[in-house]
Amino acid sequence: MKTHVTTRINDETVEFLCEPQQTLLHVLRNELGLTGTKEGCGSGDCGACSVTVNDRLVCSCLVLAVEADGAKIGTIEGVASSDKLHVIQEKYLEHAALQCGICTPGLIVSTKALLEENPNPTEAEARYFLAGNLCRCTGYDKIIKAVMDSAKSLNQGA
Amino acid sequence: MAEMIYQSPKSIEEAVNLLAASSGSVNILAGGTDLIIQMQANIDEPRVIIDVKKIAEMTQAELTEDALLLGPSMCCAALTAREDIKALFPGLVESAYLIGSSQVQGRASVGGNLCNSSPAADTVPALIALNAMCQILGPGGERTVKAEDFVTGVGRNCLAEDEFLRCIEIPRPEPNTADAYLRFIPRTEMDIAVAGAAVSVTVKDGICSSARVVIGAVAPTALLVPEAAACLIGTDLGTADLSAAAAAATAAATPITDRRGTVEFRKHIVGVLTKRAASIAFQRAKEN
Repeated sequence: MKTHVTTRINDETVEFLCEPQQTLLHVLRNELGLTGTKEGCGSGDCGACSVTVNDRLVCSCLVLAVEADGAKIGTIEGVASSDKLHVIQEKYLEHAALQCGICTPGLIVSTKALLEENPNPTEAEARYFLAGNLCRCTGYDKIIKAVMDSAKSLNQGA
Repeated sequence: MAEMIYQSPKSIEEAVNLLAASSGSVNILAGGTDLIIQMQANIDEPRVIIDVKKIAEMTQAELTEDALLLGPSMCCAALTAREDIKALFPGLVESAYLIGSSQVQGRASVGGNLCNSSPAADTVPALIALNAMCQILGPGGERTVKAEDFVTGVGRNCLAEDEFLRCIEIPRPEPNTADAYLRFIPRTEMDIAVAGAAVSVTVKDGICSSARVVIGAVAPTALLVPEAAACLIGTDLGTADLSAAAAAATAAATPITDRRGTVEFRKHIVGVLTKRAASIAFQRAKEN
């Protein structure tokens, strides 16, 4: 039996129908066309599907779509403003912190959540916070450089 | 695909009634970090999911004069952000902070960890060390079970099919009491405990006056080890006392060998963790 869900995604009201067993990840990608959120493992281990639900960072593969009813969802599509990349996105580009790109949307959503919670993290804090976002290309060093530089820019109001 | 029904009661009473009225496979959904994976593995199984997170008291924590009333479904990220709770129960908060990634902590809860009843659950030894009481509600009313009696085997617990965990009550610690939790994993984060130890101690005039020692991931359930606590009580936790407590923890452990560790390694390391957790708890207790 399909359930009617009303939610807010990236500050817009969105309605959809879903089966109770469908994950939020599945609905975002396959019903709503928000394919920026990636599927990696599908079991909460890799972080590629990271989104925020009521401002809390979660894996959308471990959230049922029906749970989104009445909630506020943030995805990678809501990170940039209409004509301008977010500072975090610019820093990922500047530091070449991506190669194949599958982990990148999840990492950017997680980096944003980190810097909202802790605007001035140490490198160790950043590495621990982002430990649930796996990247098989970069070796993480460039990602961490981009994160630390993002924090610096955001703190300077750049 | 099998029929699945999702319910999201808004009150405790509604949840009790829904649970009593449901038949077949019924699951309480808290953070879903275990349940949703189990659902995906058994997609053909029809089931009723009762999401308790829309019930405010299930996801909140209240500190009263006597106790912490922890909503079982409060996510670990919300719990670890609570400085007032961390100040009273640092070991419990560090056990919640060790579960999974930031993303998993945004969903996973202490009550879910308890009800999933894994032998390696990080928060369960911490709850037992703190004398936590589990308030269980069903159609017949409420009953209270000690945390050490809640989990009864690997993936098993004392909940009847029509019961659910409505609150975890943790008594406020006595003066100069503190807890600590340590676990061993092969990497620095994002893994499942190979062994764990939670210790709570009370200190009077530099001497340990009471202690609870709990070991995890080295038996089908977390184990309260009074023999290890007895080695600490009446001492100033000197080297010989800590070694005796470690030996008692090692002796109580009945682990298995699997790909994360052997019996010998787990028995040894749980002693080391007991010793270290006791030292940390003792130091904290002297300072507060």
